Amino acid sequence: MHNVWVLTLARIRLAMRNRAFLFFSLLMPMLFLFGAVMMFGQESRAWVPYILGAILTFTVMGSFWGLSVQLVTFREQGILRRFRLAPVGAGAMLVSSILSNYFMTLPTVILELIICRFAFHMENFGKVWAIFVLVTFGSVAFSSFGLIVASVTNTMQETQMINNLIWTGFVFLSGATIPLASLPSWMQRVSLFLPATYLATGLEWSTSNLATTREVFVDVLALALGISVAFEISRQLFRWEPEAKVPKTAKLWVLATLVPFLLFGAYENFDGSRLQSIKSDFRAIQLRAAMMRHAQPNQPQPNQ
Amino acid sequence: MPEPIIHVENLCKNYGAVEALRGVSFSVEEGEVFGLLGPNGAGKTTTVEILEGMRAPDRGAARVCGMDPEKSGSPYKEMIGAVLQSTSLPDKIRVKEAIDLFAEFYSRRVHTDDLLRRFQLDEKKHSFYNQLSGGQKQRLALAMALVNDPRVVFLDEPTAGLDPQVRREIYDIIEELKRGRKTVLLTTHYIEEAERLCDRVAVVDHGRVIAMGTPRELKQKSAGTTRIEVRLTRPLADGAMARLDGVTDCREFDGTFVLRSTRPPQTIVALVKQLEAEGSELQGLEMFSPSLEDVFIELTGRRLRE
Repeated sequence: MHNVWVLTLARIRLAMRNRAFLFFSLLMPMLFLFGAVMMFGQESRAWVPYILGAILTFTVMGSFWGLSVQLVTFREQGILRRFRLAPVGAGAMLVSSILSNYFMTLPTVILELIICRFAFHMENFGKVWAIFVLVTFGSVAFSSFGLIVASVTNTMQETQMINNLIWTGFVFLSGATIPLASLPSWMQRVSLFLPATYLATGLEWSTSNLATTREVFVDVLALALGISVAFEISRQLFRWEPEAKVPKTAKLWVLATLVPFLLFGAYENFDGSRLQSIKSDFRAIQLRAAMMRHAQPNQPQPNQ
Repeated sequence: MPEPIIHVENLCKNYGAVEALRGVSFSVEEGEVFGLLGPNGAGKTTTVEILEGMRAPDRGAARVCGMDPEKSGSPYKEMIGAVLQSTSLPDKIRVKEAIDLFAEFYSRRVHTDDLLRRFQLDEKKHSFYNQLSGGQKQRLALAMALVNDPRVVFLDEPTAGLDPQVRREIYDIIEELKRGRKTVLLTTHYIEEAERLCDRVAVVDHGRVIAMGTPRELKQKSAGTTRIEVRLTRPLADGAMARLDGVTDCREFDGTFVLRSTRPPQTIVALVKQLEAEGSELQGLEMFSPSLEDVFIELTGRRLRE
């Protein structure tokens, strides 16, 4: 455990000296937040919590991208080899990656909440405990997915290509950019198989104060199962050496990561209650926005 | 008799169709500086990486401090220190932070300030890794290898690519380790490094140990001959060089004739006469007392850095 903390602190220190990290982890989510509120929150501030949920999802999912790129860079440059000579195991390297990423995500999340509450006049912080739990589990889950990508790719180009592919699916099918309720029915059903959907819907309904404890529990359970499988697989596939070959069974291991989400997707599709609540919660926000417009036609708008 | 601190027996390692090691065996006593001398691709790094626990041999056995490097994990790593052929650290880590970080991994630690002073990194302790020169990076790599006060130190080509002054600084550090009775296994293709630093040397070529002993013992195998290297404007008649007075062996490497002579003055006189007779001229002539390079040439017919 000592090595984990030592490495976590070192990684945080190094990340704070990395301009690219500061841009992508702090500045870009803020730009997205301001841009999204300017574009979609003009109509009514009732939309601000929903937008915040989506931006928090982006912020948390960023772990996936950042960690895979960092690990591949360290391996390609031979930095991991030096650590291998010391009494440090793969587990400590991976856990410290996840923890440092989590601790560096938290300030951005808190800043986003504060900006929405005080600059964009969000009525309250939403379900803070649920947001905190979802951010924690989401950050760990997406970090673990990133570590798997790093383990099965050999070069930075390959990593970027696979990341782009997965990221596109996560971003457009999870409800983080386009509200799930406005997607065609078949796409809604497909989205239930994606880990990102559990994070996005959980956060969107938590910031909007619509999430029930049961719904948050299911989202967290899905992410927790994903974490346990993904972390173990990334530990098994971890490679210190740039020239170490990816085992032939690696692709099968990666497929195993999807198993919890296939099971959850199948259950949710069969049960149907999540799709129902996605639609009804979205309608509730639309209604709230309409009521706010009627009740306070001269209310201050987010950009005022 | 105490058990050797490093014992390697019949190590074999293949990379696909390439046989990197073909039965390497040697032992190193505690406190000894042992060198693996050979050209690039001889199998030195593979041997060291097996001993560091970073690679598994296909066949054979290795034991260091009574442990199997591949299977002993952290307890083994606590006992050793190593400098890789090329060490990389994150660009934005500071010198002192790097030493502190690695020291934290070990139960036995040397004080960071002592290492900074010893390796003349005091003034650079707040510099980022990417701001260091090649020599400073190598000194940092050495300092990091010693953070745990190891029993055995592996140095894989510790001076490769460094300028002569930095190389001498590294030699001083290794000599200090030697005085401190540390066991050091170093790989090199620099003759002077092996001769100056090593108590014993194993000459490695094509994955095999082709000779082993103290530098003095190995040089004695060169039969007390002097090496004379000659460059001519025009080659002499076939076999003329080999027939010169005192010459016991003659080989040509890229236009340079390497003669081995038991009577150097007579050989040179005979060479001058032969040149006059054939109308050729000397472009260059150098004489060397027997070195490990000669041993390597005699054993393999090639130079070390070919």
